Amino acid sequence: MQLKTSAMALLRRFALLLALLIVFNTPCKVAALEEDIAEVGYSKSTATETSSNVTTITTLPIVIWKWHHVETPYLVALWILTCWLCKLVCELNHSFTSVIPESGLLIMMGFILGGIVWGADKAQTFKLIPVNFFYYLLPQIVLDASYCMPNKLFFSNLGAILVHAIIGTCWNAGTVGVALWACYEWGAMGTLNIGPLQFLLFGALMSAVDPVAVIAVFEEVHVNEVLYILVFGESLLNDGVTVVLYNVFDAFVSLGGPKINAEEIIKGIISFFVVAFGGSFLGVVFAILISMLTRVTKNVQVIEAGFIIVLGYLSYLTAEMLSLSAILSITFCGVCCQKYVNANMDEKSVTTLRYSLKVLANGSETMIFVFLGVSAIDKNIWVWNTGFILLTILFIIVFRFMGVFFLNWLLNMNRLIPIDITDQIVMSYGGLRGAVAYGLAATLDEAKIPEKNLMLGTTLIVVYFTVVLQGITMKPFVQWLKVKKATISDLTLNGKINNRTFEHTLTAMEDICGRMGDNWWTRHWKNFEDKYVCWLLMKSDARKQNDNIFGAFHKLNLEDAKNYVTVGERKGSLAFIRNDDNASVDFKKKLALEYANGMPDMSDMSEYDFGIDNVPVTSGMKNQIPSVSLDIHEQDSKRMPDLNAHHLLEQHLYKSRSNNRPTYSRSHYKESENPDEMQEIFQRTMRSRLESFKSAKMGVKPSKKISKHPKKDSTHKPNGKPADPNRIYPYGDEDFEFSADSASSSEIAGNFRRRSTNAPAAGVDNPAFIPEMDTSAPMRNPPWQTETAINTAVAASQRAQGRLPWTPTNLRSARSTDSIAMANASADEEAHEEKPGKHHTRL
Amino acid sequence: MGSTSSTLLKIPNVEELVQETGFSPAHIIRLYDRFKVLDKEGRGHLCPQDFGAIKELAMNPIRDRIISAFFSPGKETVDFNTFVRILAHFRPVDKDRPKDPNSPEPINSRSNKLKFAFQLYDQDKDGKISRDELLKVLRDMLGMQVTEEQLESIADRTIQEADLDRDDAISFEEFRKSLEKVNIDHKMSIRFLR
Repeated sequence: MQLKTSAMALLRRFALLLALLIVFNTPCKVAALEEDIAEVGYSKSTATETSSNVTTITTLPIVIWKWHHVETPYLVALWILTCWLCKLVCELNHSFTSVIPESGLLIMMGFILGGIVWGADKAQTFKLIPVNFFYYLLPQIVLDASYCMPNKLFFSNLGAILVHAIIGTCWNAGTVGVALWACYEWGAMGTLNIGPLQFLLFGALMSAVDPVAVIAVFEEVHVNEVLYILVFGESLLNDGVTVVLYNVFDAFVSLGGPKINAEEIIKGIISFFVVAFGGSFLGVVFAILISMLTRVTKNVQVIEAGFIIVLGYLSYLTAEMLSLSAILSITFCGVCCQKYVNANMDEKSVTTLRYSLKVLANGSETMIFVFLGVSAIDKNIWVWNTGFILLTILFIIVFRFMGVFFLNWLLNMNRLIPIDITDQIVMSYGGLRGAVAYGLAATLDEAKIPEKNLMLGTTLIVVYFTVVLQGITMKPFVQWLKVKKATISDLTLNGKINNRTFEHTLTAMEDICGRMGDNWWTRHWKNFEDKYVCWLLMKSDARKQNDNIFGAFHKLNLEDAKNYVTVGERKGSLAFIRNDDNASVDFKKKLALEYANGMPDMSDMSEYDFGIDNVPVTSGMKNQIPSVSLDIHEQDSKRMPDLNAHHLLEQHLYKSRSNNRPTYSRSHYKESENPDEMQEIFQRTMRSRLESFKSAKMGVKPSKKISKHPKKDSTHKPNGKPADPNRIYPYGDEDFEFSADSASSSEIAGNFRRRSTNAPAAGVDNPAFIPEMDTSAPMRNPPWQTETAINTAVAASQRAQGRLPWTPTNLRSARSTDSIAMANASADEEAHEEKPGKHHTRL
Repeated sequence: MGSTSSTLLKIPNVEELVQETGFSPAHIIRLYDRFKVLDKEGRGHLCPQDFGAIKELAMNPIRDRIISAFFSPGKETVDFNTFVRILAHFRPVDKDRPKDPNSPEPINSRSNKLKFAFQLYDQDKDGKISRDELLKVLRDMLGMQVTEEQLESIADRTIQEADLDRDDAISFEEFRKSLEKVNIDHKMSIRFLR
């Protein structure tokens, strides 16, 4: 509440000053910044500097009130702040946002703010004007969405997406326009000054689908990937197509009805395709430029991420300049460059880029919705026509359903996996209208379309109706329909390898049949990409380790290592890591780029699971953890030639995963529920680890001893196995029993006791391995974190220093204090450079 | 129509084949035409060299395995009916077809698809994918990108993932379990064979 009153006071003040300024009314070019040139109207700026500078000084002023100097940027910044605070307020209570979508709440906030402004000014001085929307707010949203697009999914469903985006949009535009016109002729809306062409134009602008709220719901309930990508991809491309269509119809309107003949119509159709595909092509060109640029930006890592934003924005502006489709241009730019950029850039830059895009996109999305609300509080735009409004709402819903069903029916004839009927219903119902429709409506030229205000008002109503009403009902609807959820499958090497085999098999079969199938295209593109595209667009070292299976392997290892340390940290000390420096594990940086290429499908999808709105924390984490290839060979091979890398790997890493996972998850939820049991599990894990480490030290081949355990286990088990046949041991690992909630816990306990007495080398007496619930130790740096940052082997002393993971030393090369200082300095630099850089993009 | 039926007449046991594989006559004819193209010398059967002559196949890293999947052990040739039967593995599963409990399991069932994939690995036909066998496949598929050592660790890890009875090999049952969550119908089907 306090916030609101203070905001109100501020606004009053600005309004007053504004009124004063308008009196001067001297034209002056104020730098056009963000959305808020709205309030001055973008061509007629008010006097600022001229008036204040003219006054002659009689004495030396100590402090001057220089409002005029800062007015525009100040207002911009204040509005940004206000909008973001609105978002903050909306998100304060999650029980609220789970019912009403955030976009709806923001619009309502906008109503309140607009009311305040109206109350102070008696006119709506702030509103969203199209220029700001299209040049300063929209690009980053599109860039973010396209850059974070799950690439593989997108391209494998590209056909369906294009059909929906192009044909579906044209269908919506045409039918809504024609139907409205027919109703008008029939007399359903009284007398209006609208011709058929204007109706078509209105239909075109109404066909922009903006499912922000739907996507949010989808992420929450994890709908299946195909539905997700269809809605998401369609909405992205649909915006571009809508704008193109709008421009074509707009040209028709300005041409005037009588002059339109077959030739003009054909020209219109040609221009539609030229604009749409030209824009897409330009986007691809820019994507190539960006990718090539990121090959050489290694030395300016601090601003590396900025290049993508600037060039992406430039692709938007260039397309606009060439009167091609700007939205399609930036979309394809983002989608296409993503893979190569991620491979070329440093991981930190990739993370930075992702986060900054999210900040920009979410920020402007928030502002758009707030301003959609604010703009409504304006007496001048409201022209009410019940028939027109109701019919519009009716038609957009009806024709959306018809279009989606018809197109999906067409698509299903040719799809391997048809689109479900429930998915189709959700797709149709997800046709919310958003800011693009409003932006286009506001662009309408009042000279050509006398009923502009009616259209604008109707658009606003439709936006509110769909965003709020359909947004609210979407979630119950999805749950009620029992839409197929995404299958969450664990990442397994088996899955990856078999996938690869399946792919090869299918392509081979297609070859044998002598026909071109889907795999033919995929494979040929892959070949082409490997041969030429990667050569052109990727750094050579990025190209090398570019394999899917290896990426999966690598990722699993990382996970293991992480779990290993997490459990170590949580349960006791990390002494085993510190002390066994030359024992075995040498974590070495092998490939920094696996993340980008490793598994584009999974990683990108998971990225999206965490949301457009909420910047994925986990993915950030993943990114920060550098690649580790557990190459243990080098040190040990000297002493124990027969000890292979994989043996150790298998002993420590693989086991640790299955050993620790149950412990990990359990402790995560109820840490103190059963400390004894936890202790047991931990001790056992540690013991087996110790065994192997010890044996590694003594030069004993550990595999014998360790692999006995499971064997012993399995020989012991036959008694238990037939007793409960539905119990599965997914990894055949004994520790899984602990997590299995079967009734045989007593047997497990027995098992465990037996083993604990049997194991002669059980290192319970080694102080390093006794879980010493040490609270001072837990923040120790996992060796691979420091290590990969440094990129060389780390000495024990360095490890023992126990740096915090987020200190600059960890981020930078930490070999000497000099470099630490440098790291700090460059961090400062970064902060400094940030500002002008940002300024530049905005300006 | 005349040519259609005449082509069909040339194929022995056509009805049986249609029944067994679920292909439509049109598909059979198409495959027959292809078969004749592959069978350059017109012997009425194919031998491994005929498959090897397919240009596109040369790029496939596991082509030898796939080709040998067409030949039952000890045989050097494959006739048309077997050829079609093998390809029938890749027909998409049709959902609307009424399930007849008495009819034998269709060739394109999930487990048959899996069996086909399994035998690509299991070259010595002992019902198990051993470490060496897996390693060979991996070497074929990953090729030069990964070092031998890494290949071995990948192979080990893969076996450990699937290996339930700890015999350092993957049996068919284990293979099936490891792919339980994978949509085989999707991944082992070719659209144009529907």
